Amino acid sequence: MTATATRGQKKHATEDLRSEEEIAAEKRKGRVGLYLIIPGMAFLALFFAAPVLVLLSMSLYAKPPGAEIGEFVPALQFSNYTTVIAAYWEVFLRSFVFAFIATVAALLIGYPMAYLVAVRLRGRQLMQGILLVLLIAPFFSSFILRTQAWKQILSDEGPVVTVLRAIAILPPDGHLTATAFAVVCGLTYNFLPFMMLPIYANLDRLDTSLLEASGDLYASPIKTFFKVTLPLSMPGVFAGTLLTFIPAAGDYVNASLLGNNRDTAMIGQIIDSRFFKVVDYPGASALSFILMILILALVLIYIKRFGTKELF
Amino acid sequence: MSNQIRRELPRDPEVRALILQAQGLHLSRRKLLAGAGGLGLAGLLAACGTGGGGGGGATATTAAVTDISATDKNVFWANWTLYLDYDDKTKQYPTLQEFTKRTGIEAHYVEDIDGNDTYYGKVQGQLAAGQDIGQDIITLTDWMAGRVIRQGYTQKLDHANIPNIKNLLPALQKVDFDPGRENSLTWQSGYAGIAWNKAKYPKGLRTVSDLWNPDLKGRITVLDEMRDTIGLLMLDDGVDIASAWGDAEFTKATDMLTKQINDGQIRQVKGNSYKEDFISGDAIAGIVWSGDIVQMNFENDDQWEFVIPEAGCTLWSDNMMVPIASPRKTNAEKLMNFYYEPDIAAQVAAYVNFISPVHGAKEAMEKIDPSLVSNPLIFPSDTDLAKAHVFRSLNADEETKYNSQFQTAIGA
Repeated sequence: MTATATRGQKKHATEDLRSEEEIAAEKRKGRVGLYLIIPGMAFLALFFAAPVLVLLSMSLYAKPPGAEIGEFVPALQFSNYTTVIAAYWEVFLRSFVFAFIATVAALLIGYPMAYLVAVRLRGRQLMQGILLVLLIAPFFSSFILRTQAWKQILSDEGPVVTVLRAIAILPPDGHLTATAFAVVCGLTYNFLPFMMLPIYANLDRLDTSLLEASGDLYASPIKTFFKVTLPLSMPGVFAGTLLTFIPAAGDYVNASLLGNNRDTAMIGQIIDSRFFKVVDYPGASALSFILMILILALVLIYIKRFGTKELF
Repeated sequence: MSNQIRRELPRDPEVRALILQAQGLHLSRRKLLAGAGGLGLAGLLAACGTGGGGGGGATATTAAVTDISATDKNVFWANWTLYLDYDDKTKQYPTLQEFTKRTGIEAHYVEDIDGNDTYYGKVQGQLAAGQDIGQDIITLTDWMAGRVIRQGYTQKLDHANIPNIKNLLPALQKVDFDPGRENSLTWQSGYAGIAWNKAKYPKGLRTVSDLWNPDLKGRITVLDEMRDTIGLLMLDDGVDIASAWGDAEFTKATDMLTKQINDGQIRQVKGNSYKEDFISGDAIAGIVWSGDIVQMNFENDDQWEFVIPEAGCTLWSDNMMVPIASPRKTNAEKLMNFYYEPDIAAQVAAYVNFISPVHGAKEAMEKIDPSLVSNPLIFPSDTDLAKAHVFRSLNADEETKYNSQFQTAIGA
């Protein structure tokens, strides 16, 4: 509070010292800035706002009696929303639970890896380079093919299931594909780089002399991690969790390839089937819109609760 | 698609660009929309456009299209994957080359259709607006063909340009979705039946109910095509799927499906990708398409056996149609006529392994591959055909209702 007050005072003081010309130049700069954001705003308006508006209006369309398949008329049918919520609230819940578990798992796996590359290997550029390439390498191949590969790896006749059965972790007739476990694993795997890279970018800038200072003050390595490293890397963790959670919640590839038809459906699959199979455009639009609002709400709560100023 | 175009047009990029331009801009626009359609956006925007235009709805606005076939020697054909004879060595479709040689018409073949629903979702908006979708022939399964014909999205065929239509098998001449075959012509047909891995399940299957044996728990896949999976379940219940059944029969079948899914008997409900589960061993048995099993057996040492269940199987066909606003209908008809020559049909059948709709293809096959002549899945016997049933046509309300019910049953 006091800091901002002094900063404000200082600003006033400097403003008084500036000449008219300087102030005019400042204003011009402001205008140029405005012009510069026009293309960006136009792009957003065209490719974000317009589709969202179309989505919103479509979600309220109604099906006239005796209509052909795919025939809907403009209306304000708010019951589209209550209908899909009643039918699919469980799927929404499941999608968020799956995305949450995947995000936590990706954090637990991704943080140590990012720490290793960014802090422990600092100065060893070759090793860092190799590991970073390995982290990014999965992006070079298709998302779907990688998920498909997991199906083969986890298949009943595959090595993983055979071993797990042999050591009695899985019952003899147990399987991994077509289970919720496989879906969450797929989500974790596929979005891991999105978790790791922001954390890496953050830890890369970590001032290691702070860790030494902490050690000099008799903090154990564990305490140093929780009192120094982790708090300083929170912006990276924050960005990583958002980048993982948001796409994971809306994902449908993992659930459709690795899931079953009983208890693993995610909302993306439902939107796909409402849109293409049932040809219920308003229902699919309503579901998409609800998903967007829910994610937005969850993210806002998250930002309010844990958000760091440096990020926003 | 790009491969195809590149192959058939001159190598010189400038000449190629000119030719593409001359062919009209529809090509790039179509690709663009197809790409966006993957995100469901094009369809949505298009669908909105339709509704917004005063509630015109799904029925196409008919516009007079001038046929430019006489001057424009091209034909664009959208089909499913692995559905036309292909030479791996030359990377060409031999029968299409033959067609071009005979008629001078360049055929641009694309494997654009990977599902009836997704393809419909992609192009419905444009068809409803009476726009050219850049294809002169689209190939869709019976029920979807019925839907697009009913909605007025296709052009009437001029049978005078297709004299070979006389070779169409009698069983396929009178279909309820297109009486007199005025708008469509069969491309290939096939069965949905049951199959199992012979080594892992030596006792085999005879009926759909055999799939529910406890020793197959969690090793069954069924198709996500409602008419095939529910059709087989209804046949197993003794329902004649071609005649007027109602909600009770349908619900009984979906209840059975839900039960088997919830009990863990059915591992997954899948489209074309069920083949991978068969090959990986995750699935030992299931409801499958006949031609797939022929192809899989060819590539994987004859591991599976397909049978028509005792209660009967479903018979489906994919149908060639000329979409509304296609300006090359005559070229499209010439292509259809070409594929109804028995020799050509036999060449296709030897590659795709589905049932050929062309009378005389069996005799022509003797010269190409005598071993296939006796394959009942390519040239079915009369007793097999007697056990094959076509799922009756549904009206718009029924289709929405049953689709929704089926999607809910399979948890999607």
